[in-house]
Amino acid sequence: MPSVVTANRLIDGIVVYLASDGGWTEEICRARVAETEDEVKALEAEAAKDVAARKVVAVYPMDVAVSDGTVDPLSVRERIRAAHRTTLTKDWYDVPL
Amino acid sequence: MYRYDEFDHAFVRERVAEFKDQVERRLAGQLTEEEFRPLRLRNGLYLQLHAYMLRIAIPYGVLSPQQLRQLAMIGRRWDRGYGHFTTRQNLQFNWVKLVDIPDVLSALADVEMHCIQTSGNCVRNVTADPFAGAANDELEDPRPWCEILRQWSTLHPEFSWLPRKFKIAISGAAEDRAAIGFHDIGLKIVRGPNGENGFRVLVGGGMGRTPYVGQEIRACLPKQHLLSYIESILRVYNLHGRRDNIHKARIKILVNQLGIDKFREDVEADWEATHRDAIDLPEAERKRIMSYFAPPALPERPIRDEALDRRRTTDPVFANWLKHNVRPHRVPGYSTVVVSLKEPGRTPGDASSEAMELVADLAERFSRSEARVNYTQNLMLPHVAASDVVAVYDILAANGLATGNHDLLGDMICCPGLDYCNLANARSIPIAKEIAKRFEDPKRQELIGPLRLNMSGCINACGHHHSGNIGILGVDKKGTELYQISLGGNPKDDASIGTIIGPGFRAEAVPQAIDTIIETYLTERSDGETFLDTWRRVGAQPFKEALYGSA
Repeated sequence: MPSVVTANRLIDGIVVYLASDGGWTEEICRARVAETEDEVKALEAEAAKDVAARKVVAVYPMDVAVSDGTVDPLSVRERIRAAHRTTLTKDWYDVPL
Repeated sequence: MYRYDEFDHAFVRERVAEFKDQVERRLAGQLTEEEFRPLRLRNGLYLQLHAYMLRIAIPYGVLSPQQLRQLAMIGRRWDRGYGHFTTRQNLQFNWVKLVDIPDVLSALADVEMHCIQTSGNCVRNVTADPFAGAANDELEDPRPWCEILRQWSTLHPEFSWLPRKFKIAISGAAEDRAAIGFHDIGLKIVRGPNGENGFRVLVGGGMGRTPYVGQEIRACLPKQHLLSYIESILRVYNLHGRRDNIHKARIKILVNQLGIDKFREDVEADWEATHRDAIDLPEAERKRIMSYFAPPALPERPIRDEALDRRRTTDPVFANWLKHNVRPHRVPGYSTVVVSLKEPGRTPGDASSEAMELVADLAERFSRSEARVNYTQNLMLPHVAASDVVAVYDILAANGLATGNHDLLGDMICCPGLDYCNLANARSIPIAKEIAKRFEDPKRQELIGPLRLNMSGCINACGHHHSGNIGILGVDKKGTELYQISLGGNPKDDASIGTIIGPGFRAEAVPQAIDTIIETYLTERSDGETFLDTWRRVGAQPFKEALYGSA
């Protein structure tokens, strides 16, 4: 199962993903995708350094589906996190009922 | 309302400075997240799904216009222009940055507010009947006792590390509007056999994974013994409550494991041994605190108001609002106005900074500079003259705050759910919005009558689903949100826990399921029955058949 590593940024708590360039991105489409267990472990080890460096907190890997270069979280929870939005917006039903 | 003295001001300022230092040390790397987490929780700061969340205590639900305006300012300056009023008379900001928290806490301290003990395993914000001091069915104002308990419990050295969190609610009225049966300790001021007021003390109520209705431990505790008696309850809990299993750590588990009689025996034995030496409140201090809650001078006014009567007969929307959202006051010619935060399409309990400022202005102009928040997530104006009701309505209505649905189906309690909360398994806000849309017609809600519909996005039950006449609980079933419906819960005097009616429903099927339940009730009900009456008379069978067929 393809995975990405996610966390919350320490300073403001915003949802971020470990990116291809080694930094953290708010956009899941720019997240680095791990295809094997070893690759996931490598991403987690990299993320752990940034926990120690006080960039992020609450790091964990999550399952995604990759097709045509887009990265989509599988669970409802992760779809909501990736959207960075909630039902505050009146017409928001990106994550449909 | 209570005003901070020099000690209170200094205490809160010291706490702000202390947490500012802790935030700085966290950002500088001197504290790890594991070290910082218990410190931030003690100050009401959570890390949620999308961001940090700050929970601000609104002691016993009372707000001054200055406080409301400051909350509005904080929302605008450091959050996204709105806050969420919770089921425990707190306000939550959902998008604050860790780096801004010291400034936010300092701005709160400016208006005598704080976040101390809004999280953690300690005595939380003490809640009260939101109609306190205004209701016409009140024996005694519970707010001074809330304030006394707040001062006593703040940083109480013996009870700062309890097995689990501890919630207290107080009512001084005939009708329970504070859900005291669902608190760790519920207190109701009653007239004792000697003609003096005392406390009926309930213990061991709660929601969550294992819901219980509180049981009576004392029928009428003399008021002067409140602190020593509560200390004895907490001491027995602190000693014997479980610390090995978070799901079994609340006092409700201990009370129900020992049985109320054995628990009472232990508490009474502790109280007998300690209360003579315990610090019961000195009479002078009691009087000092009472004096802050002296009722506002409200000269009696005519009960009837001509303009109001005229509007009632010509404007059915106003008449509907008047019937449900304007409640009688202890002083003739006044009312308490419930400002609905449940307009269909909006998130229940959310208020924009503009709405907070508007209610602050109304409180200043029409309600003796006082506003309230109730646990069903609405704001209130406690002391409005009958002759001002039309003016208040027109301003509220122009701003989407005059939905006439108080205590009707549309007045749903709804937790933040999976849209915000790290603990949630399913969304609750979109479900509430869909149900609100389906039952938007006020005539239909009127026909249905009083109904408490409560919804939680996980088993922790912040949305009080157990006590809903209709309760909805969101669960995660193999990656899909599924909603269990329970019927027959009641948060009021004859409190009861709802019964799960059958298998859960997918999100899109929930509004229809609620519709089916309501139609079944309307078919089954006898004259004058509420939903709860009908449920208690006919039981589950007709509802089960309507929802799942008779197979």
